[in-house]
Amino acid sequence: MKGLEAFRVALDALRGNRLRSLLTMLGIIIGIAAVIVVVSIGSGARQQIQSQVEGLGSNLILVVPGQFDTGNLSSNAPATSTLQISDGELLADVVGDAAAVTARVGSGAQVRAGTVERFTTVQGSDQNLPEVFDRPVAEGSYFTGADVDARRRVAVLGSRTAELLFPGADPIGRQVTISGTRFRVIGVLAEQGESFGVSQDNEVHVPITTAQRLFAVDRVDAFAVKAPSAQSVPQLSEQLWRALKDEYPDQTFSAVTQTQILGVIGQILGLLTAVLAAIAGISLLVGGVGVSNIMLVSVRERTREIGLRKALGARQRDVLVQFLVEAVLLTTVGGLVGIAIGVACSLLVDRLSPLPAVIEWWSPAVAFAVSAAVGIFFGVFPARRAGRLDPVVALRTD
Amino acid sequence: MSREHRTAERPAQHLAEQPADERTPAIEVVDVTRSYAFGSTTVDALRGVSFRIDEGEYTAIIGPSGSGKSTLMHLLGCLDRPTSGRLRVSGRDIGELSDAELAQLRNREIGFVFQAFQLLPRSTALDNVALPLLYRGVGAGERRERAAAALRAVNLGHRLTHRPTQMSGGEQQRVAIARALVGEPRILLADEPTGNLDSRNGAEVMRILEELNGERGVAVVLVTHDDEVAARAHRQVRVRDGLVERDSAAPAPAPAPRGADDDVHDDVHDDADDGAGVRRLGA
Repeated sequence: MKGLEAFRVALDALRGNRLRSLLTMLGIIIGIAAVIVVVSIGSGARQQIQSQVEGLGSNLILVVPGQFDTGNLSSNAPATSTLQISDGELLADVVGDAAAVTARVGSGAQVRAGTVERFTTVQGSDQNLPEVFDRPVAEGSYFTGADVDARRRVAVLGSRTAELLFPGADPIGRQVTISGTRFRVIGVLAEQGESFGVSQDNEVHVPITTAQRLFAVDRVDAFAVKAPSAQSVPQLSEQLWRALKDEYPDQTFSAVTQTQILGVIGQILGLLTAVLAAIAGISLLVGGVGVSNIMLVSVRERTREIGLRKALGARQRDVLVQFLVEAVLLTTVGGLVGIAIGVACSLLVDRLSPLPAVIEWWSPAVAFAVSAAVGIFFGVFPARRAGRLDPVVALRTD
Repeated sequence: MSREHRTAERPAQHLAEQPADERTPAIEVVDVTRSYAFGSTTVDALRGVSFRIDEGEYTAIIGPSGSGKSTLMHLLGCLDRPTSGRLRVSGRDIGELSDAELAQLRNREIGFVFQAFQLLPRSTALDNVALPLLYRGVGAGERRERAAAALRAVNLGHRLTHRPTQMSGGEQQRVAIARALVGEPRILLADEPTGNLDSRNGAEVMRILEELNGERGVAVVLVTHDDEVAARAHRQVRVRDGLVERDSAAPAPAPAPRGADDDVHDDVHDDADDGAGVRRLGA
């Protein structure tokens, strides 16, 4: 019996028992759909974070106090920072470009404009930020080095903050009050977009010197350094770390590259996706056991048919192939339906929920292969049993 | 391993018997036994049976239930192998064939007709009849053509796409006969073919079997407990307690106990000598 014939015979058998076939497939359908959705949400999250980290500015190196351990996913940052604004000069010397280094200190604060009041992130930074982080100003201008040196009370608003505080009005030249201190708005940043449903445009930038006085601190949270090229990133980050280590031998620093951040995030997300996919995979396994079970029932029910086929010249192999093809057909059709449902659900999640979902080309392909493998794995046992039936005994069964 | 032992023992006897008849026997049964083990006890269903059926013969195997005739039928149908003795079907010793070879032998040489028809309920008459050809690797177009021809041969040309559930018992059995003859086998094994039919349909089925035997030269082996049905065959082989009690084609009646075969005389007709070359082997 040729492959195509076996396929047709199996299809007839499945069609003859529509409801049972459908219910058997359901286990596979649910399993495959669940795996597809979980994987697409995992991929979506990963891609979004990747684009956000890359969006921080290309070839970026973050210099932070404490240990950034990529192996253990843990960072034991000391309670108080050991970095000062003056350390920026040290780093600038290493890079050989003063404009490639920017310092940052941040905190949450109440920001008020007239009667509108918002709690938002206040970011202390310097004139190099727009260049280093690739964040252009949409209106007005960013503060200058002179503004930083003179601790001027000037502020640049994120596009969302500008909208919230000054709805429908031009904020340039207006006043905002941050933690009771008045600032003059000199610019609005270009829109950056959302990250996990949180707007990145809801923040206020002020000169770092002003911010330190406002928050009554003298620390710097981090330095961001822009490397001249992607190739120079690893070497430069090593040099930056070495420079700080030479200056402060008994303190720990980390020079973290985007690749490292991506690696850590990817690791966390990968683990999370794997765990969820494994849980979804269990339902696929249960579905496979269901297929095996139904195929065994089917073999018993069709004992006489098997006996007849053998009497008419079907070999053990013909009967085995017939039942195996039937099992594989059940799981692959179930797999295809599961893929369709999984893809549809992923698109719905992406559209209707804050979770991003990206369907990678390989996930339906792998899902299809897995469903076929489940059919073979769980179909072999019942099929062998069918193939080995003694035709004399099988024909006698009623 | 006992099989090789036997064949080594027997060839001389076999060769000595063969030249006496020029026709190839369709079936040759020599001292066949078949035992079944049930736990520690063994049941001997056949205790040493010998006979021979030639091509184109029309034979009835008769016997009450428990006589061993079902076991014999399974052996003749190559569905089973003898425990000892030799059974040749179309010249091939079935004790020496693998399962796959037996399947092929059934497929090419034997057509089955069962008491309960044994049709696939969800398949059309055409698909049911084409089934043996499927396992012979015949292409779909040819299968259809030959199945349709076989159905026309049993006067069911108008029922090609009907399913068994849409047909009467007589029609279903005719579909089964069409299925048995579609592969043009040398032997047609009919196990109580009229058992589930009323007398009118039973007669029709018998008429078709006789036609096949007469016109196509198919050796028909009828297994039945019904003497009336058996009487229509040209030869009767009566089985009892795992032995051939009486063979109407045998030159001399087997030394069966008197009185036990009173009814046999009624069944054995004057056509007992029909098969000129028919004789008992191993006697």
